[in-house]
Amino acid sequence: MSTVTQTTSDSMELSNSTSRTNSRAFVVLPILTLTRRELVRFFRQRTRVIGALGQPFLFWILFGAGLHGSFTAPEWAPAGMSYQEYFFPGIAVLILMFSAIFSTISIIEDRREGFLQGVLVAPVGRLPLVLGKLCGGTLLALIQAVAFLVIGPMLSWIGLAPEMSLQIGFGDALLTLCFLALVGFALTGLGYLIAWPMDSTQGFHAIMSIFLLPMWLLSGAFFPGNGWLGWVVRLNPLSYGVAGVRRLMYPNQIVDGADTLPSMMTCLIVTTAFSCICVSIAVWMTGRRTSKDAR
Amino acid sequence: MSATAVCVEGLSHRYGDHQALSGFSLRVEAGRIFGLLGPNGGGKSTLFRILSTLLPVQSGRVEVLGFDVSRQPDAVRFGIGVTFQSPSLDGKLTVGENLLHQGHLYGLSGGGLKSRIGERLERLGLSDRTHDRVDSLSGGLKRRVEIAKGLLHDPAVLLLDEPSTGLDPGARHDLWRYLDQLRQQRGVTILVATHLMEEAEKCDVLTILDQGKAVAEGTPDELRSSIGGDCVTLRGENLETLETQISERFGLKSKRLGESIRVEREDGHELIRELVDAFPDEISSISLGKPTLEDVFIDRTGHQFWEETSA
Repeated sequence: MSTVTQTTSDSMELSNSTSRTNSRAFVVLPILTLTRRELVRFFRQRTRVIGALGQPFLFWILFGAGLHGSFTAPEWAPAGMSYQEYFFPGIAVLILMFSAIFSTISIIEDRREGFLQGVLVAPVGRLPLVLGKLCGGTLLALIQAVAFLVIGPMLSWIGLAPEMSLQIGFGDALLTLCFLALVGFALTGLGYLIAWPMDSTQGFHAIMSIFLLPMWLLSGAFFPGNGWLGWVVRLNPLSYGVAGVRRLMYPNQIVDGADTLPSMMTCLIVTTAFSCICVSIAVWMTGRRTSKDAR
Repeated sequence: MSATAVCVEGLSHRYGDHQALSGFSLRVEAGRIFGLLGPNGGGKSTLFRILSTLLPVQSGRVEVLGFDVSRQPDAVRFGIGVTFQSPSLDGKLTVGENLLHQGHLYGLSGGGLKSRIGERLERLGLSDRTHDRVDSLSGGLKRRVEIAKGLLHDPAVLLLDEPSTGLDPGARHDLWRYLDQLRQQRGVTILVATHLMEEAEKCDVLTILDQGKAVAEGTPDELRSSIGGDCVTLRGENLETLETQISERFGLKSKRLGESIRVEREDGHELIRELVDAFPDEISSISLGKPTLEDVFIDRTGHQFWEETSA
């Protein structure tokens, strides 16, 4: 029957062309293009740029000044560390988190505006789709965190920040950057998991207040945490992100003693595992066909 | 007989309690413009979402270009171009950027992609809009960008869900001419879901869908001639007695449609005279029409196209 033979030859032709397509065309290109889209969109929405950086700066200056008196530095901290300086890496991680939230919340908008279904019908593996979104989000997070880390210490010139004991060489700064990228990637992955099943941005805001912000508060970013709080901090995967950033920013100044930060290796392993778990779940979720995606 | 581009067998789909498709089957030959005509909520969009791999196949079998939609989604995605009923453009990006991203998602890049984008935009009369943000375009222009997007990677099968939405008559006409060219020159198979009769008229073959079931299939001409003759519609005071009397005196089956009765017969003009002679007082108005696709729909489903069904 001619129907069958011709259909088969059509399929052969098509499957040949799909198998011929190299990984560049169907893995790298989609990742790059989706990443680029994230960046372009971000810089076209000026309020997003201001909102993402403004709030953390305010937090840092106001909490830094306000809580200065009641802060007892933990044992591992370099001598004479002010609260605002303790808070400095914590705010960098908060910026990563905010940025991750903002960029993954756009999944909900993409779904509502229909862009998402256009992407889902494209012949792109679900892993590159997820990675495209996450790389874009991570890059934006990183740009903002670096802007803060560079501008923050300069504020001491106009009296909005104390003198900092931070002394960091180029090599360590580069390592810090890489680790910040990893933490940003993990947080964007987490944001993706939360945003994917949601159909309203309000829902995401609720999760942000009851889950994401407490996660940051209890990561050792805001206060060191003793007693039962210490245990919560230890169980929180983000704590290892914050601790890793501290270790890399103060390579020779962290004092290892009885009450110390987790080792760099532990920080790296936990954060990497955290990202991998988030990405795996994200890929699985994206690959499922549900009536939600077809809206 | 030519190859089969799309094959659907015994497809059923439920959203919770709502049965969107039930035991639906379809076979589309390659190189045809195939229409799915039906009211909103009839199951067209559900079928399209299943064909475009967005929804799972709950029961039944669906093949596009010989690939199983459930098991070989990437091969299917590669072969189809989709224009959804809802928009799928990024409003913050320009027309050109939207198409560039689209091309990249389909593995196209570089100068080849650029010239392809230029060609598509020119075809759809959008060349001067390349650098405009999509948000700034009118509904009709956005629709054309959507169509350009769906066509960008030269798909073998094109799925168009309500393609004319928002297009003015001139743009509609151009679109259909373009679709016809695509089919003639490249052998593209085109599936059009529509609730517009005049759009359905332009398809080679049609399936009429109602409440998740195929109620009729054939070319527009075949479907119309299946009605057999003319349609006489009459209104009056007491429709029920009128209906029974028509069936007693003329042996004709009639259909009640809201406030009117519809009778199909050849030589409708003769029937009008006979009816008016027979029931001069009962009939308040009477009209004659050649059957349309809407009449086919009414004939097969027993209700009007726009009538509220339990959706």
